[in-house]
Amino acid sequence: MASNDGPSFSQGTWVADGAAPAGTALAGLDALDLAGRPGGGRGRLALRLWNAFWPKVLAIALVLGIWELITLSGYKKEIFPATGPTLVNLWDQAKTGTLWQALGNTLESAVIGFAVAIVVGTVIGALVSRIYVLRAAVGSLITGLQTMPSIAWVPFAALLFGNNNGAILFLIILGAAPSIANGLITGVDYTSPLLLKAGQMMGLRRLSLWRHLIMPASLPVYVAGLKQGWAFGWRSLMAGELIVLVFNHPTLGELLNNDQSLSDLQSASAIMIVIFIIGIFVDGLFGAADKSIRRRWGLA
Amino acid sequence: MSTNTVTEASAVTLAGVSKVYGRGPTAVQALDKVSLSVAPGEFTCLIGASGCGKSTMLSLVAGLDKPTAGNIAVSGRVAMMFQEPALFPWLTAGANVELALRARGVGRVERRQRTGELLDIVQLGGFGTKRPHELSGGMRQRVALARALAQDADVLLMDEPFGALDAMTRDVLHDELDRITDERNLTVLFVTHNVREAVRLGDRVVVLSSRPGRVLEEFPVAIPAPRRIDSAPVAELAGQITDRLREEMSRHGE
Repeated sequence: MASNDGPSFSQGTWVADGAAPAGTALAGLDALDLAGRPGGGRGRLALRLWNAFWPKVLAIALVLGIWELITLSGYKKEIFPATGPTLVNLWDQAKTGTLWQALGNTLESAVIGFAVAIVVGTVIGALVSRIYVLRAAVGSLITGLQTMPSIAWVPFAALLFGNNNGAILFLIILGAAPSIANGLITGVDYTSPLLLKAGQMMGLRRLSLWRHLIMPASLPVYVAGLKQGWAFGWRSLMAGELIVLVFNHPTLGELLNNDQSLSDLQSASAIMIVIFIIGIFVDGLFGAADKSIRRRWGLA
Repeated sequence: MSTNTVTEASAVTLAGVSKVYGRGPTAVQALDKVSLSVAPGEFTCLIGASGCGKSTMLSLVAGLDKPTAGNIAVSGRVAMMFQEPALFPWLTAGANVELALRARGVGRVERRQRTGELLDIVQLGGFGTKRPHELSGGMRQRVALARALAQDADVLLMDEPFGALDAMTRDVLHDELDRITDERNLTVLFVTHNVREAVRLGDRVVVLSSRPGRVLEEFPVAIPAPRRIDSAPVAELAGQITDRLREEMSRHGE
């Protein structure tokens, strides 16, 4: 919590503003409860960043270390990409325009596809969670779609849309939307019956109940659904790009495909590093959103 | 048999109310022909062993559930407090109270002012920006009380609201509740399993039997206010009521 301007939890505050008889304003035993409570982690920003940063640095060092060990062991020396040269390769690719163009195209597809998936998944989730008949009919269908490997949809999408970006967007949406819908449905289901009763007593009905109670109450599970949806969508995107090659539209998947054709394992590994980094970065964004919600709710 | 006459002057009237949960051989009768009339401004405590249908009665009066038989008449608006504060964790204490005003259609400017007043009434002025998890258990119940008051109800239903609090915090809240219900002339139906608490707060203590719940006996509380929960007259009447409860329990072989 960043707000430091609220009143402090000292007894003095109480007695000062207490119009209560004989200064007993809050003098329950549980007032003691507050005295020892820390004011929430308000560490300095730099320290917080460092604390979040160093485990990641350690993880990267660990991966590079294991990689280097395999290189040193001489395993399949002819084709196995050595650590140093692969990183140099990545640097060289970064200096050409193609990698950046491919990255831009891939991220554009990811953002557009995921945005559409959020809308589709949320609308379907909201309808299914509130309408009993729909739930009976569509509920298991959504889970079925979710568990279906996205690569199985590739021929369907390629034939339906042809070799263009539409096929790829279709794959992302199909990959991400079921998880998002399921997240919302589960969130709604887990809304506490006690809070629902309290809301009902307050006079919240239908739309206002949905807006002021059910939606915020399902937010944590919904965000978990978004995170999972992103993971599925990102996988679908990679699968799609590897197979659906769009003319004059380089993508990360297409670069990988080219490297495979050319038996260039080093370049392929460099591209994989890029894909890996994007995955970690986006996961971090969702993690931050999740953490901020939990902190607000007092769960962290 | 109970009489089915509904007195005009009462704030809450239950006439021959029965409630059965489930059907067939597994059906459970929670309430059996309960009749009770609560006058406006009266503080009535309901007491009984667990399973006597106390909470069921409140749910029925609140309109959260429907009786299987009998009639319930309530004059005015009803608000309810639960054993848990049931605050919305994503809202600050102030926003929790404000939402109750908003649900009633109170305008933005008036809402802010009323929220401040209500928090002052429950001695939480200046704590409006805190979130529920930053408050102690007693303070959370105060917010819940402020939220109930925000509904501008005539009848306040309380389902063991202080059951999870320590004795000292509870004492303080008893005093507050006394003051607020007097000031606002609230009609209160207060469920508890603590006999002394019932005698401390109530104008009348209604003892219910268990499985199915019936009104067993009513004890008017004639001890002058303000009462202390540990005073001799309170203890004495509480003793009589406890004896009556024991008698009922042994009849059930519990």
